[in-house]
Amino acid sequence: MPAPLLEVKALQVLNGPPNDLLLEAGALVGLEGPSGAGKSLFFKALADLIPHQGLVMLEGQSQAGFAAPLWRKRVGYLPAESAWWSDQVESHFQFPAFVPFEALGLSRDLLNGPVSRLSTGEKQRLALLRLLENKPQVLLLDEPTASLDRASRGLLEAFLLDYLAKSGGAAIFTSHDPEQLVRLASKRYQMENLALSEVP
Amino acid sequence: MILLSWVDLTLAGSLVVLLALINWFQGLGLGRKILLGAARAVIQLTLVGLVLKSIFAWNDPWAVGSVALVMLLFAGREVQARQTRPFEGLSGYWAGTSAMFVSSFGVGFFALTVVLGNHPWYQPQYAIPLLGMLLGNCMTGVALGLNQFSQGIHRDQAAIEAKLTLGWTGWAASGEHRRQALQMALTPILNAMASAGLVSIPGMMTGQILAGGPPMEAAKYQILILFMIAAGTGFGVLLAVSWAAYRLFDERHRLRLDRLRAVFVPKGKRI
Repeated sequence: MPAPLLEVKALQVLNGPPNDLLLEAGALVGLEGPSGAGKSLFFKALADLIPHQGLVMLEGQSQAGFAAPLWRKRVGYLPAESAWWSDQVESHFQFPAFVPFEALGLSRDLLNGPVSRLSTGEKQRLALLRLLENKPQVLLLDEPTASLDRASRGLLEAFLLDYLAKSGGAAIFTSHDPEQLVRLASKRYQMENLALSEVP
Repeated sequence: MILLSWVDLTLAGSLVVLLALINWFQGLGLGRKILLGAARAVIQLTLVGLVLKSIFAWNDPWAVGSVALVMLLFAGREVQARQTRPFEGLSGYWAGTSAMFVSSFGVGFFALTVVLGNHPWYQPQYAIPLLGMLLGNCMTGVALGLNQFSQGIHRDQAAIEAKLTLGWTGWAASGEHRRQALQMALTPILNAMASAGLVSIPGMMTGQILAGGPPMEAAKYQILILFMIAAGTGFGVLLAVSWAAYRLFDERHRLRLDRLRAVFVPKGKRI
């Protein structure tokens, strides 16, 4: 039996309890819980952005065995709020010509404009596209559709399912929309006070 | 050479007192600092004048070395004191001090042995003023550079983490901030070189001319000093900022702002 795509064993952040999680290839898993429950900390630990204890393995290989930058290219984390380091949108992309802006309902002209003129929803989608340039196998999406209208949200959901199907990757996403979680997630987890539990 | 009396200095000092008074009346809050700085300069320079008098007479390498060490430790303390967000513990102090030691003493030694060819090379009349110039400028550079770097990283923490998230190394993610720190630290010496002779006659050359030295010799010494200062400051800042960039990320390329001291603005204080 091949190793699962992502295996989390006794992962501890801050003083929280140890958490386990299994992610099979192709899975889209939902993560719910109140603000401040530790969902983002959990994602950051999985992406190795903060100190933590426990074991995280990608296809049977432990996190510590990867150089950290390589790990983060494989396990891509999308924060709830995107950050930009250049005034120009285009300089945030490695190969702008190959980025499928249209699939998310975005105009390619945005590339030539300044970041300051982007709406929150545009930023959120551009940040996802920026992350996908690395072709991550595991996606950790923190409220990826929070500031999107219905139509854009539908496009993003379809795009995400298509990416997972084509790449054989998997994703965990958080949302404050219970209906979206039920509709999309094959499995749901609940986070409360840094403790993870599966929603039956 | 016109000899200065203490009365002359008091007259000059009254201008500084006037500046402090105006500051105080306008409630700008710098009056105390100005007076304190002026008082420190008077005391420190008088003492140094006395000490140098005997050191020059001695011509002993250990005496020169001790003076150099004291100067270095004070420079390190000044760098640390000018940091808004210094590193926790003493690591920042030692890093700044070591960077200044390597660059100032290295460049100074090079100037004394290779360029000037003094015998003995530690001849205090040359070694101490030269080291003082180098250390003083290097100190300003390192203090400015380190402060700009740690403040910048702290301010742009979200953007740095975004880069890390996308698989950048810590070194790459801090590149823009290292560049800005270097630019900030080198601006004074770059300005000094660009304006030398056109806008300002630099301090050392002024001193030599006022003391009756031939202007051409003064100019040559000033060029030597500018080169040494540029090199000494540049290398010192490079070392210090590289170290800071190395310290602000851990072995897993995580941004570790917890290694900087936090800044708390007191409640009710609005500046």
